[in-house]
Parts: sequence; structure tokens; C-alpha cells
Amino acid sequence: MFIIKAIEFLGSAIKHPAEEIGRILLLLHSTLKWIIKPPFEIRNTFKQMLEIGVNSLPVVLITAVFTGMVLALQSYTGFKRFGAESLVGSVVALSMTRELGPVLTALIVAGRAGAAMAAELGTMRVTEQIDALETLATNPVKYLIVPRFTSGLIMLPSLAAVADIIGIIGGYFVTVMVFGASPTQYMKMTWDYLEMQDIYNGLIKACFFGGALSLISCYKGFYTRGGAEGVGRATTGAVVLSSMTILISDYFLSAWLFE
Amino acid sequence: MIDIADLHKSFGNNHVLRGVNLKINKGESVVIIGGSGSGKSVLLKHIIGLLKPDSGAVFVDSVDLAKIGEDELNELRKKFGMLFQASALFDSMTVWENVGFGLKRHKKLSDSKIKEIAVEKLKLVGLVGVEDSMPSELSGGMRKRVGLARAIAMEPEILLYDEPTTGLDPIMADAINDLIIEMREKLNITSIAITHDIKSAYKIADRIAMLYNGEIIDTGTPEEIKNTSNPVVRQFIEGSAVGPIVIEGIRR
Repeated sequence: MFIIKAIEFLGSAIKHPAEEIGRILLLLHSTLKWIIKPPFEIRNTFKQMLEIGVNSLPVVLITAVFTGMVLALQSYTGFKRFGAESLVGSVVALSMTRELGPVLTALIVAGRAGAAMAAELGTMRVTEQIDALETLATNPVKYLIVPRFTSGLIMLPSLAAVADIIGIIGGYFVTVMVFGASPTQYMKMTWDYLEMQDIYNGLIKACFFGGALSLISCYKGFYTRGGAEGVGRATTGAVVLSSMTILISDYFLSAWLFE
Repeated sequence: MIDIADLHKSFGNNHVLRGVNLKINKGESVVIIGGSGSGKSVLLKHIIGLLKPDSGAVFVDSVDLAKIGEDELNELRKKFGMLFQASALFDSMTVWENVGFGLKRHKKLSDSKIKEIAVEKLKLVGLVGVEDSMPSELSGGMRKRVGLARAIAMEPEILLYDEPTTGLDPIMADAINDLIIEMREKLNITSIAITHDIKSAYKIADRIAMLYNGEIIDTGTPEEIKNTSNPVVRQFIEGSAVGPIVIEGIRR
């Protein structure tokens, strides 16, 4: 009896996430199908690129510069204990490009633009605007989701690239200006140990995160039910699920890309 | 023109439509009446293919909506215009962009030409000088009119009205009724409305059909419906809480 109950519990615990993953993959399938089908939503896509990319830039910049700074601060004081301060430049550069640039950017965009996407699409769903699109012979996946998905794919690596550079500059500032280390030494350590592969693998991750967070946020918004409360739930759900997906997939992508 | 045959639809355990049969002829104005939660909206959404039936079918000009691809469905939808209960205007666009949305997507016209047509359609529903406003700046009645202008912008053959008078004051509601009649006379449109506003139904319908328990239980001209012997329909049109209709959550 206990075993049956346990299996039942396990089954229902698995069923919901499995169903959700399935529906997200179905949405991905239909998004990919509509991406390649003309006419292309160029104006809409630019609008979303502005929203996801340009409007997220200030907060990404602030996060990146302070992350670079604190990385330098912590590793400088730590490494000093065994006389390895000269390595700070490499630590900042490698951490930013391989890990923190892409991941922090993605988390910020998920919280900002992802939440906004879920709330906007959710509101459109509960006020029947998505139905209205369909009655006007416009496919809502093509009109609403494809532009957001492509913008995520394009803008996340762009933002992450900026974050990488700004983070390294932040690290430089603390190491050179605050601790008075040699600027040439810092730059040399940055370049000597940084490989192209570190940069572009980081950007590949960012691209994946961008696609994932826009797809998940759109999914949550698109299938909203239940009025204002539903929109709230969709928005929270979008941020939580996107962030989880970013952090979990980050491990596996890193293990695969940087093996 | 539209043939609904043995339509069934469930949401989870809730069997909403239980074999709806209804034929609507070209040029006719049919009003489907029924209580809240009787599945009127669900039925309307099937007619334009927003929902897919569990079993049964909806035929529009002899085409089964469930059996055609996405592109064909979109092509067919150009025959339709739909006015939503809360208007469902796109709140990120101005009034004229809302009205011209279908034209912009499907006709190769310049923006100035689209705006010109939009202004003309707005005039047809009695709105002048609001084309550059945002939907949020308009009253409920004006939003309904904009919604109607958007629905007729593509010159559809069939207009669907989802509770056209709900949420409006009696005078505005009657103005919308007049507008619906006018649309049909001017544009020679087949119209299907769902409502629980019986006064509105009498006014705009050639034929009234009552949806109850997921089935059409009675149809007839407004005159026939007024004199029906069906106790359920009687109770509904008289608006009495006492009768065969069970009110959900209330027990006597």
C-alpha cells in the first residue's frame, strides 16, 4: 500500500514538470518553424532587440563593472597571502569571459526583459488580444514569439561581450588604481592566459541562455490563465524557471564546451 | 454558410458543449442566448477556429475548420471579423493602427492609405477624431466601437459578436444594437452574436437559438421565442430565478 502511494506521489511529481517541458519543446518547434517562414517580422524584431538589448544595457554595465571590481578585490587580497597577486588579471579575465559575463547578463535579462515579456504576453492572453490576433489572420507565435526569441539569441551574446570587457576594465581599475599594481603586468596577465576559445564559448553560452530565457518567458506569458493573478503567476514563474534553466544548463554547457 | 454539427468540447472534467447542432445561412443574423458559463463563448470560438472540437465539426462554406492547415485557416479567417467582449484592442497601438492591423498585415498598402481607410471605418461606427488616441484613453463604449471598426476593416462576410452589449449602460448598449443592425444592412454581413441580454437579442436577431447544458434546446424567430412553450427558454427570457434552470452553487 505504501509503495503504491509512493509511486503515485512520484508519478504526480514527475508528471507536471514533464508536461511543462513537453509544451515548451512544442512551442520551440513551432517557433523554429515560423522563424524560417517569410515574411519576416523585421520591425517587430528590432523593437524587441531594443527592449531586450539596449534597454538592459545600463543595468548590465553596472553589474559587470562591480563584478569585475569585486573579483579583483577578493582575488588580490586572497592571492597576496601566497604572493600570487600578479595572477589577478587572468582570474578576472577568465572568470568574466567564461562564466560571469554570460551568466550574470542572462540572469539580469531574465529578471528584466523576461519578466516583462511574460507580463505583456500574459496580459494579452487574458484580455483576448492573442485571440484577436488570430481572428485577424495573424499567427501569434510568428508575430509575438519569434521576434522575442530571435532578439534573445542575438542580444544576449552582444550584452555578454560588453559585460566581459567592462568587467575586465573594472578589475583593472581596482588592481591598478586601488592596489597600485602595475598596469602593464595586469594587461599582460589578462592577454597571456586568455584564449579566443574562452571568449567565444562564453558567448555561445550567452546565446543559448538568451534563447532559453525568451522562450520560457514567452511560454509562461502565452499560456497564462486566470486574470490578473494569472499574469502575476506567469511573471514570477518565468523569472524562476528561466533563472533555474540558466544556472543548471550553465553547468552542463560548461562541462561540454570547456572540456 | 456555417454548419455546426454535433460539436463536443470538454475542458478537463467540464463537458461544456455536448452535441451542438446549428446551421446559419448567408446574410442571416443569429443570436445565441444562454446563461453565464453555458459555453456560448466556447461555441463562438469554435466558429472561427480558435478552439478545436473534441468531436463533431464546424463547416464554413463546406470546409471543415479542423481539417485544414494553418495557412488555409488564416485565409478562411479573412472572411471573419470578430468583436470581443472587452474589445481586445492592442493596447500598444493607436486606435487607427488597431483598426488598420489586418490591412497592414494582409494588403500591400501604404501607411497613409491604411490610416485613411481606418478613419473611414471609424466614421462608419460613429467615431470621429479619435484615430490618434491610445485605446486606454477611450471609454468602454468607444472601445467597443473601435473593436467593431477593426472587425469590419477587412470587409468580412461574417461578423461574430461576443457579448456586444455587456458592460455598457443601457443607452450605449442600444446604440451598439443599432450599429449591429446597420452593419448588416449596409455591408450585407452574416452575423452571429452571443449574449445574455435578451432585449438586445430581440432587437438584432432574425433567429434566436438558446444554448443550455451544452446543447441548442430551441431556435426560432424573436416572435417564436417570445411565445415558446419550452420551460427553460421561458424562464431565461423572463429572467426568473425560479424554474428548471439550476443556478450553480445555489440550492433551494
